[in-house]
Amino acid sequence: MISKQELDRAFDARFDPGIKNKLQSARVAVAGLGGLGSNIAVMLARSGVGHLFLVDFDRVDTTNLNRQAYTVFHLGMNKTDAILQILNDINPYLDIKTECVRVTPENVASLFGGFPIVCEAFDKPDQKAMLVRELLTQTEAVVVSGNGMAGFNDANTIKTSKLNSRLFVCGDRTTDVGGGTGLMAPRVAVCAGHQANKVIELILK
Amino acid sequence: MVTINGENVNAAGKTVAQYIDEAGYNASRIVVERNLVILKADELSSTVLEDGDTVEILNFVGGG
Repeated sequence: MISKQELDRAFDARFDPGIKNKLQSARVAVAGLGGLGSNIAVMLARSGVGHLFLVDFDRVDTTNLNRQAYTVFHLGMNKTDAILQILNDINPYLDIKTECVRVTPENVASLFGGFPIVCEAFDKPDQKAMLVRELLTQTEAVVVSGNGMAGFNDANTIKTSKLNSRLFVCGDRTTDVGGGTGLMAPRVAVCAGHQANKVIELILK
Repeated sequence: MVTINGENVNAAGKTVAQYIDEAGYNASRIVVERNLVILKADELSSTVLEDGDTVEILNFVGGG
């Protein structure tokens, strides 16, 4: 297996050590490991974010394969276990913790209270609103949320907006699922990329 | 007047819950910030809008 030193050398060839150290010591939580969260987790792991906490209650099923990071190999697995395998294949030297649990207003503070940055990556709108509201009222975290990425219209309508000092929203903020509009890999990945990029910007600035 | 999502609205005297219902929002899908403070779920019906308030309503759509 590749050594940590070899992985670090590959990183050092592209960035100065200050950037690597900031990323390696960063702590980021991702709530939801579907189309947004699984792709965000992969991008943060590839970027060398050192401490990840990943939360989802669900299992991988066939309807996930059109946009989520999983493969047929992962069908039936808890998403938390499946993502752990994928991330370990990308970088086995990250500190990754998972929790297979449904997030509620009652457990938001105990799950996410210790994290300076939390990505909201749920799919149901009421759950998204609940998580953002509870994170902003119960914790000190900066929240990076995904809102509006269904369909296949112009990807340039997906953007990152700063709503206040602790809330960034990525997405087109209007395209809902339903009525014949489903989720497709490209726009979901564009939105996940916006969220992951904002996280990295927050860590490095 | 109350400034809601950047627009002047004649909503002073109403509770936040009344306004969002009349404006057609689904209360379970929104996050409301009033004068830079995020309202808890149970504060929507107890918070009365006042002249000069600035309110931001973030409406969530499905997908992730």
